[in-house]
Amino acid sequence: MSSSIDSLVSKEYQYGFVTDVEADTIPPGLNEDVIRLISQKKHEPEFMLNWRLKAFRRWQTMQEPHWPNVHYESIDYQKASYYSAPRSVKPKQSLDEVDPELLRTYEKLGIPLQEQKLLAGVAVDAIFDSVSVGTTMRAQLAEHGIIFCSLGEAVQNHPDLVEKYLGSVVPYSDNFFAALNSAVFSDGSFVYVPKGVRCPIELSTYFRINAADTGQFERTLIVADEGSYVSYLEGCTAPKRSTNQLHAAVVELVALKGATIKYSTVQNWYAGDAEGRGGIYNFVTKRGKAFEAAKISWTQVETGSAITWKYPSVILQGDNSVGEFYSVAVVNNRQQADTGTKMLHLGKNTRSNIVSKGISAGHGNNSYRGRVYVGPKATGARNYTQCDSMLVGNKCGAHTFPYIEVKNNTAQVEHEASTSKIGEDQIFYLKQRGLSAEQAVSMIVSGFCKEVFKELPMEFALEAQQLLGITLEGSVG
Amino acid sequence: MEVQDRHSANTNVMLEIHGLHAKVGDKEILKGIDLTVNAGEVHAVMGPNGSGKSTLAQVLAGNPAYEVTAGSVTYEGRDLLEMQPEERAQAGIFLAFQYPVEIPGVSNAYFFRAAYNEIRKARGEEEVDPLEFAGIMEQKLEVVEMDPAMLSRSVNAGFSGGEKKRNEILQMAVLEPKLAILDETDSGLDIDALRIVADGVNKLKRPDRATIVVTHYQRLLNYIVPDVVHVLANGRIVKSGGKELALELEEKGYDWITGGAPAGATA
Repeated sequence: MSSSIDSLVSKEYQYGFVTDVEADTIPPGLNEDVIRLISQKKHEPEFMLNWRLKAFRRWQTMQEPHWPNVHYESIDYQKASYYSAPRSVKPKQSLDEVDPELLRTYEKLGIPLQEQKLLAGVAVDAIFDSVSVGTTMRAQLAEHGIIFCSLGEAVQNHPDLVEKYLGSVVPYSDNFFAALNSAVFSDGSFVYVPKGVRCPIELSTYFRINAADTGQFERTLIVADEGSYVSYLEGCTAPKRSTNQLHAAVVELVALKGATIKYSTVQNWYAGDAEGRGGIYNFVTKRGKAFEAAKISWTQVETGSAITWKYPSVILQGDNSVGEFYSVAVVNNRQQADTGTKMLHLGKNTRSNIVSKGISAGHGNNSYRGRVYVGPKATGARNYTQCDSMLVGNKCGAHTFPYIEVKNNTAQVEHEASTSKIGEDQIFYLKQRGLSAEQAVSMIVSGFCKEVFKELPMEFALEAQQLLGITLEGSVG
Repeated sequence: MEVQDRHSANTNVMLEIHGLHAKVGDKEILKGIDLTVNAGEVHAVMGPNGSGKSTLAQVLAGNPAYEVTAGSVTYEGRDLLEMQPEERAQAGIFLAFQYPVEIPGVSNAYFFRAAYNEIRKARGEEEVDPLEFAGIMEQKLEVVEMDPAMLSRSVNAGFSGGEKKRNEILQMAVLEPKLAILDETDSGLDIDALRIVADGVNKLKRPDRATIVVTHYQRLLNYIVPDVVHVLANGRIVKSGGKELALELEEKGYDWITGGAPAGATA
């Protein structure tokens, strides 16, 4: 009788198209000359080149990590190309001059870049193959002294800020993929919010991978000066390709005294086909440093990528600082995810809150990995972790790896975990009220993820909910 | 016989069941059910625990846990057994569950509107927006005397037994089904809740709608007066009659019909 559910075909990945643009691509391979070439193409000052070279030398001494609970063939780093830019993108051009083909791409993705079509209240930086193709609403932001541009432009126009904060949270020596990113990153977004300014609109970066066989290495740096507030969103899609592509991004957040940064991600990179061919390897380092009474909040909805390896973290450096992590990670078909967070309590009375919702369907494998560290000086530190897993079908897996290390006996650390199966009785109940199997699953899963969705800005929450429905379509039976 | 007369005289047949057999796992539960329900009628299906009453309700709603092995069911001229559960719902069949299911994190308001809109779509009507729907809900809440605050609570999660049953009747009031099947809606209800539930059902009564009330006890039938009463035992309808049959059953017990043979070990 459940044949109707069985016969539901998985919905095609709707962002899997390729845009035909002329690209300026450096031939495959990685050595110091390639890094000099990248730096030169970007007209970078001396300090940037030196930093890249130091990172590269360090990377050469490092080993690719294999501790995550994910499995894949070794990556040949000499086969990838480390720079690809649409040829039509010239520095400092206005949006009116952007290649119409690129504008159409974003239009197709539902991200209009022309000013007259903008979503009210959202400024967008569009990154196409690691190069920024345009940033909207800059003038309005500039009135408040807010800088929102590509990192490449920031290096040119605000080198002092970049030199001061780049690598201050994720040093180039941090890990294998962060070192690689530091050496070869091509572009990304940069945000600076001055003292006491509350950013009046949402800032958003939309990442699009287009080129084949090109590694993607964006780098995002957000600095919120004392007492300021900013909410930042990122979205990601990529064409369908039968080979795997590496995406090794770095995001650094700096929240100075009393500042708040809210960082939301809806990640929908191409996940590969039902048999696990193709898809993005999403190996990303995201970390924030919260100074006194500052707050950093990560919210992520991870539905895409063949493999996700990602732990958005907060260093609770200052006294009374707050770190939050709200995550929904969905795996279907052959997807693998090893994701979670690190909360490092260094200051006094620091607080952190972790809510992780993992959903596994098909042959997907989902791991939550979290580390809560309370240092010797972190008197009165508190952490609460809630980790829930939901299984759809019986060929998938859910795993939880919590690491807790407490060096101050005044700390309070709580961890709660649960695993549940989506019930046939729930699906039947909703179908009896007229809903289709897809709607039923989508509704049950949305309910399961509610605590995370309510942290997302409104438009994103709707998108995330729909995305979950699409990702899980055809997974019940 | 009066049932036969009713059948042949009325051409407005809504549901026709012939020789229905069904099993769950390896266990055959329905062993040849014949039943005809006309528009405008209220049928009571009574019987001891394990006689197959709830199975009949679940099979009519299309629960995939039950397998139909023989027989036919025609609903408004369509082969019901060929229809998916959601198609049956969209065609006007509503099952008030004996054990309503909890959907944590999904608000009643959201769930109600999604269901309402699916059923409107199936009827070729426009979907309603949240504001318009709030107005509709306000009236319906009065029918079952429920606190509007329940709309913001998760579907059935943390509801008391009585609240869950009232929530089922509220859904019925909102979705306005043609054929409502109440599966032991009276079990676990106190007398006030019973009256509210019965009032809800009676207010929905119309010549173009029908109701099947599945119940173990005669009590509910003091409030919802049936046109026909059927007694189910060991997977078959062993006796049908008018509303007085229910009273007779109450007085004499099921042994009177089943001849003292245990009809089933478990519910």
